[in-house]
Amino acid sequence: MPETIIFYLLAALAVGASALVIGQRNPMYSVMLLIASFGALSGLYIQLDAPFVAVAQIIIYAGAIMVLFLFVVMLLNAPREDGAEWDRTHPLRQPGITRWGTLLAGLLIVQLALALGKMTDLNAPVATKSDATTVSSVTELGRSLFTRHTFAFEATSILILVAMVGAALMARREGEQ
Amino acid sequence: MIPLSHYLVLSAILFSIGTAGVFMRRNLITILLSIEIMLNAVNLTFVAFGRAAGDLDGQIITFFVMTVAAAEAAVGLALVIALFRHKESLNPDAFTTLKW
Amino acid sequence: MNLSAYAWPVAVGVMIFITFNALIIASAILVLAERKIMGFIQQRYGPYLVGPWGLMQPFADILKLLFKEELRPKGADKWLFTLAPVLAIVTAFVAFATVPFGAETTLFGLLDRPIKLGVTDVNVGVLVVFAVTSMGVYGIVLAGWSSNSKYALFGGLRASAQMISYELAYATSLAAVILLAGSLSLREVVDSQAGTWLGFIPKWYLWFQPLGFIIYVIAGVAETNRAPFDFPEAEQELVAGFNTEYSSVRFAMFPQAEYINMVTMSAVATDLYLGGWHTPFIPDSIGWVGFLLKVGFILFVYIWMRWTVPRYRYDQLMTFGWKWLFPAAVINLIATAALVLYFNA
Repeated sequence: MPETIIFYLLAALAVGASALVIGQRNPMYSVMLLIASFGALSGLYIQLDAPFVAVAQIIIYAGAIMVLFLFVVMLLNAPREDGAEWDRTHPLRQPGITRWGTLLAGLLIVQLALALGKMTDLNAPVATKSDATTVSSVTELGRSLFTRHTFAFEATSILILVAMVGAALMARREGEQ
Repeated sequence: MIPLSHYLVLSAILFSIGTAGVFMRRNLITILLSIEIMLNAVNLTFVAFGRAAGDLDGQIITFFVMTVAAAEAAVGLALVIALFRHKESLNPDAFTTLKW
Repeated sequence: MNLSAYAWPVAVGVMIFITFNALIIASAILVLAERKIMGFIQQRYGPYLVGPWGLMQPFADILKLLFKEELRPKGADKWLFTLAPVLAIVTAFVAFATVPFGAETTLFGLLDRPIKLGVTDVNVGVLVVFAVTSMGVYGIVLAGWSSNSKYALFGGLRASAQMISYELAYATSLAAVILLAGSLSLREVVDSQAGTWLGFIPKWYLWFQPLGFIIYVIAGVAETNRAPFDFPEAEQELVAGFNTEYSSVRFAMFPQAEYINMVTMSAVATDLYLGGWHTPFIPDSIGWVGFLLKVGFILFVYIWMRWTVPRYRYDQLMTFGWKWLFPAAVINLIATAALVLYFNA
């Protein structure tokens, strides 16, 4: 019973914060709300017996990527979105196809959620206590990562190197040596 | 005990919110943030299915998704900075030079 | 009424209470200790008027801060201005959650089942400390931004850039110790340092990882924005720092968060390198006394360093972090990995 309460709390926090992220006009607030959403997701990962993924989410997403976003927002002094422009370009205020297309998309999302909820073969509880220790073991994770998935691991490290060089190059000012 | 379908529905809702953000927002940084929401929703699906199958593969894929998201955020933000320096605007509708 | 069902939450609640109060008292003691030690290093008495040997000085300081006017600049962002010190102090406290400070004890026979001294223990304990301290960057960066002042903004950006740069060396030196211990749980890292050779030389990781210990302490000092790495704060003495627009309670949160971060860094250093509560001639049941002594010693070294060594300029600081400390940490990790592989083959 407390598990279900915690799940609904964390889910509500994640959904609420994400909905506010796309609804905020001030980008600083968006970034902070997204950090709250990541925190909620981290709690959900802990409920799924994945403590390493939960901590990695905080370290990588909330602790590094969001700091990067925050720095960029502060550096660019990103202006708040103009209220008039927001009203002008909001899809529900456009005539014709855009408005009805958006409403149809919303309807499709509701249908998707209902259909997923009705799939009874997915109603088994996701966490069985018997293999909780093997799934949350960091040793097993490391072993699997470095034996079965070595190639992907090495490829990812090259990807990060390329991204780092690319980002440093692209953000440089023109004319600097 | 929480059924698997609950996690999947939550992930679907988060993904839809992210997609809606990408379409609706007229600010480059918020579009990138919505992409991060989508990637997180996908991570949640992976971990939930991995747990249901009693396997570690779901968690392993999550690392790669997180790493790719970090690389993409870095490069995307560098692009945003370069664009902002050019035009002093973060509105994607301002960059229409290549339109016919 | 089945009371034993409540035993675990009550035990955790008592541990939380003890840890919380211990951290607050530690930061108060540090306020006084810093000024006293600073005084003795500078060949003068520190504060000595308030109470015997100046022992009531922290209370005087706190009372003064509480009675100051609580201001907020007009252009400051309403939510973020108050959120920043809250984030700083909350992450400072939470970081101590997975740090154990004593062995199992039955409190001199009062309890029927022994409890472990420490708020909790998860199998990824070391990473939790690292994750929460990396969230501490937000307190500073938001304080700088929301003050709506040029100098605060630059101070905040510099301080946070410094913190995230030194996190690399911090994490890499942690990784080397984890290799030796074979587990990410801090309690298991400490317990793998139990025992002695020849009866009096303790099996601490300090002997196995001398370079790692030095790197960890230096990175810890830089993470907490202290001692020779406090240029963003020292700017305050010249121009302004990230907390220039803060006053009273909101201001008090920042130095308190800094002191608590110092205590957490020292506690984690003690657990990782100095054997935690395992000391040669102190039995494990009162091992927490040994733990406190070691943490106190490292804190003394922190304060000693601050008033002895001149501070780095900002670009020297960043060069040192990226070009010297991080490569040294990587070499340390590779060497440790090679030696572990060789001796365990």
